[in-house]
Parts: sequence; C-alpha cells; structure tokens
Amino acid sequence: MTAGNSRAATSRAEVLGKIRKSLQRDAPLSETPSESGVNPVPARAQLPDAERLELFVRYAEASQASVTRIKGGENVPKAVADFLAGQNLAPKIRVAPELDQIPWEQAPLLEAEFGKADPEDAVGVTGAYCALAETGTIMMISGEDRPSTLTMLPETHVVVLRADQVVGGLQDGWSRLREDFGEGQMPRTAIFVTGPSRTGDIELTMFLGAHGPRRLHIILVEDD
Amino acid sequence: MEPTTLNFKAQARDALADEPLRSALSHLSGNVGRGRDAAIAALPEFDALRDRAVEIKNHTLANLDFYLEKFEEKVNESGGHVHWCRDPEEAREKVLELCQSVDAKSVTKGKSMISEEMELNPFLEENGITPVETDLGEYIIQLAGETPSHIIAPAIHKTKDQVSDLFHKHHQALGKMERLSEGEDLVAEARDILRDKYLAADVGITGANFLISETGSTVIVTNEGNGDLTQMLPKMHIVLASLEKVVPNLDDVATLLRVLARSASGQEMSVYTTFSTGPRRADDPDGPDAFHVILLDNGRSEMLGTEIQDILRCIRCGACFAHCPVYSSIGGHAYGWVYSGPMGAALTPALIGVEQGHHLPSASPICGRCEEVCPMRIPLPKLFRHWRERAFEQKVYGARVRFAQNIWGWAARHPRIYRLAGRIAANMLSRPSGRFRWLPFAGGWTKSRDFPAATGTTFADQWRAKRGSRS
Repeated sequence: MTAGNSRAATSRAEVLGKIRKSLQRDAPLSETPSESGVNPVPARAQLPDAERLELFVRYAEASQASVTRIKGGENVPKAVADFLAGQNLAPKIRVAPELDQIPWEQAPLLEAEFGKADPEDAVGVTGAYCALAETGTIMMISGEDRPSTLTMLPETHVVVLRADQVVGGLQDGWSRLREDFGEGQMPRTAIFVTGPSRTGDIELTMFLGAHGPRRLHIILVEDD
Repeated sequence: MEPTTLNFKAQARDALADEPLRSALSHLSGNVGRGRDAAIAALPEFDALRDRAVEIKNHTLANLDFYLEKFEEKVNESGGHVHWCRDPEEAREKVLELCQSVDAKSVTKGKSMISEEMELNPFLEENGITPVETDLGEYIIQLAGETPSHIIAPAIHKTKDQVSDLFHKHHQALGKMERLSEGEDLVAEARDILRDKYLAADVGITGANFLISETGSTVIVTNEGNGDLTQMLPKMHIVLASLEKVVPNLDDVATLLRVLARSASGQEMSVYTTFSTGPRRADDPDGPDAFHVILLDNGRSEMLGTEIQDILRCIRCGACFAHCPVYSSIGGHAYGWVYSGPMGAALTPALIGVEQGHHLPSASPICGRCEEVCPMRIPLPKLFRHWRERAFEQKVYGARVRFAQNIWGWAARHPRIYRLAGRIAANMLSRPSGRFRWLPFAGGWTKSRDFPAATGTTFADQWRAKRGSRS
C-alpha cells in the first residue's frame, strides 16, 4: 500500500468512526435500516391518459418550451422543417442516431447529420426517454445512440416525443429505468429538462439561453 | 476564506450605507426571490411532501454511515471513485492530485459552496491550474474577485450596471469592445465566452445537491445548464459534496426535488436536474472518462446527534434568505464567511466555532419567517437560541453584555421582582409624545430611530386583569 493509499484509508476510517461515535454506534449496520415512510405522489402525477397529455403540454408551455402536436411519425421531418423555418433557422440539423428510422429525406431541404454534437451545431434533434406530465419535463438519458451533448450544446433543441412516452411523474420515470436497467442501475447521465436554459443571476430577472439551449421545441407525435 | 465574522457589526453598518447593494437586494422581494407561493398553491400535496422530506433526511442522518458506505459501493461498481476527506486541506489536495493526474491546465466549475469552504480556486491558481466559474453569477463574482453573497444567487449583490462595467473591463481583451447594458446581451456575451472555456477544459468540477445511495449517482439542479456542459465535455468529472448530501434512493430524491425548486425560485422544476453515475459507458458517444466524488466532512460528523443536527437537513434552496429581514437589508458579505442568511447563521458557528461565529445567530429578531418557509422545517430560531446559549456559556460576549444578561436572568427567575421592575419601567418610560429621542443605555437604538414610549400597564398586569382573555 502506498503512502497516499494508506492516508486515504485513514481518512475514510476516521470520518466513518466519527459518524458512528456521534450516532453512538459501535459497528456498521449489517442490513438496511428499516424505514416505513411513504413518498407521497401528487394527484396530478397520476392522471388518466388524455388528461395527462394535456397537463404535459400545459406545463411544458408554462416552462417556455414550445409544443407542436402532429399525427403519425412520418410527419416528423416536415414538422422539424416547419419549426426551423418559422424561427428563421437554417435547416441543418444534428440528429441523435436513435432517430435514424425517421424518413428525413421526405423534407428535402433538411440537411441531417447523425451523431454527437459538434460545437458548431446550431440545432440538435433527439428523442426522449420519457416525459413527465407533472411538470412538463423531458427525461433524457445517455446511451450508444443517445449523445448527451445534443441536449446541451446546440442553441436549439428539438425533441421528438411519442404520446405514449408521456408518463405521470418522476416515480414513473424511475419505474421505467428500473425495468430497463435493473434495480439500482443508472445510465451515465440522466437529465430532466424543463424548458429552455435560463438564468436569474442578473438582478433576479430571468433571461433565456444561459448556457444550454435558448429554444426547446417539442414535437408530440400522436397515433394516426 | 478567512472568516471576518467577528467584524459583523461594522460590515453590516457598511452594507446598510451601500446604495448599489441596497438597490440590488431590492429585487429579492420580487418574483424569483419569493416566487414560492404560487408554485406551492398549485400543489396541494406540498405540506405532505415537506413532512416526508424531513423524515427522509432525519432517517438518513440517523444512519449516515450506512448510506455513505452504500453510496461508495455503488460508485465503485459503476467505475467511479469516492475520496473521503476530513477537512478542506485534504479535499483540495485530492482535487489537485486528480487534476494533475490528467495534466490539467484549465478546469471549468459548476456552482459549489463546498468549493468555497475548500477555498479551491486560489489553491488551484497557486498550482498553475486555471479555474473558470461557469454559473453566470459565479462567473460575475470571479471577474470581480469576490465571493458568493447568496447560496443560489451568488452575484445577487451586483446591479446590472456593475455587471456591465465588469464585462466591459474584462471582455475587451477577448475582442468584445462594446459596453452592453441590456441583461439579455450580457447573458449572451457570457455564453459566448464561456463556450470556448467548456471546450478547452481538461477537468469539470461540480457540486452536488444530492448523492443517491441506491445507485451511486450524484445530482445537480441548475437553470443554466452550465453544470451539464462542465461535466460532459472534459475527460474528468469531479464532484464536491459534503457528507449530509446523501439520501437513500430515487423515490426519496423525487420528494426532495418536488420541494426544492418550488422553494428556491417558484419553478415547478428547475430547468436541468441531472443525475451522473460513474464515467461514460463503453458505448457512450460522449461524457467524461473518469468520475470522482470528494466527500467532505469538515465538522459535519460531529454535528450528528447534537441539537444542531437539524441544520444538516438543509437542501440549500435559499427560501430563508428571501424571507429574512436581516439578509434582505445587508446581503451576504456582511456575514463574513461562506454561508450567509438564516441557514448560514445557524451553520457557521458549527463549522468555524462559536467564538468566531457568534454574531451571526445573534443578529436575528427571531421573527420566525425563515422557519415558516423552510421546506425542511428546520427550526432556525431554535438553532439561533442554541448558539446564543453556547456563546453565553463560553463567555464569548463582552463583560458588559454578560453583566446585563446576568441581571436580566436573575430577575426573570424572581417573578415578583420582575413584575415590580416592569411596572417601574413602564411608568418611567411613558411619555405624552409617545417616543424618546434619546435614552440612557440605549444610545445604540436611539441613534438611528426613536424609542417608542410605554403605554398603559405592563403585559403581565393586563393579562392578570383580564384573566388571560384577549378582549
């Protein structure tokens, strides 16, 4: 054991020792301490399907995201192109590989490249892991075909969200994660995004586009 | 940072005379400062969530060793490392060692109060590493060479005009020649300049709002997204956290998140709530290659099981700041150390000693608004009284104060004498004009305002006469 390692071990033992002394405990607990409390789930995080979708849209818009509702996944490219045109943005997009099944060529003006974000990319287009009606929040996770940089680097973030991805609240997000990744497992990055980036650091006035995207646009895809 | 808490009185006096500061602080009573009411009204379950949040933290603190060890185990499992540090010196040595292990020249930083406790920035600079603060407020005060004056709005003491001047002065060298005056433009310029810093950084350092024992994740909550760019672009992510940030599991974090943003800024949820677990996975296209968590004790372990343990429930929302008449008048720097406002007044004596920190809990009218708005139901006034008692016991007050307190204490234990003295005082202090411009032994009061004259009989006498009824 090197000197550094032994010092680290000493610090660890000392800190834990002090905690146990303060807690008047001689040895580590052998099992998880029991706790009977229940985390309340707000009623608005448990709404039936139709209301849930409306609540999601309402809170997403309240957080200053914009939402377009379309029918059918094949209309996504047009919806993206229309949004960019409406904002006077160049139709050049960096797309998360998870969306490579979308027929991007159907919007001929769109120039789509796939992969993680470059600093020059102005528009990032991604899917979402799920979305929370409770607060109008998009849940993003990292993975092979889901680069995290697409959520944060480009000035405009367009999210393609299927209506069946909108869940009630945070705890539903956890359930999905536990199902997909296993109990106690997480992807490297999980970001809950509620509206575009902002700051209140100058005289407590909110300005959009601090470091993350200035615009967050959600294309909500419902079944035909 | 060397505490100047003993100069609290002089610092508070200066703050009261500081016009730009008073103008800057006036925004605290606005929507962002006190936005909690509307958000809370829209969530009928808020009080139930608060009760549960208190329960979660109390349970965790009562089993802190268990949850920290489990957290460490999970971090290791996901390929990260935990470094236990007894004090700030050890913590910053560790951070330096980690930075040097990847030959870091520049380091971007998300907002972290633990970094302030560690005095990390000057230490990194001394060792040839450039720290760049990326939270806009932190960036502003880094340019100004100052420390945060608020736990979540670090540059709240600056007016827009002062920010304009600072940017103009420092950004010219970077080719930004124009002095901007609109908030929007200032934000855009900082965004532009910090972009390059994110991309150039070798290490990203963030704080943590929570550590999750179940998964080994660290959580940050921001509105800007600076903490995300800070951690996903460089090759190493270092998290600075104090021991009490750990919570058992994801469901518990959901409860804490539900009370945090609403209490902080009145948002339903902050813009970015980010969970980081280990380094990037084999298939991930981006993210840091290495993940380290610095776990700092710095006196917390000794607060467990004592009367002041309650302050370790604090989730740093800042609600108590916006609702404190003292903080709203003098701002954070007058407090003289890292933490200010009501939570700072309760925590500081525990971290730097009551001899150094005793003025802070004394400077409170005990109006109780902080406790009322605290999502974690921390009994702040009770903690102030705790420190006042310790300060009295340890004789840190001057002889005159102690003499007066002893007399009062003696009288209070002799009700007859107390009542008699009360009657005499009520008589002597009544006056037709209703006020005193000057009073002996009360010059400190009458120097800046009139002392109201007593009217009628004492409270105790009225209480007796009415047999305890109000009308």
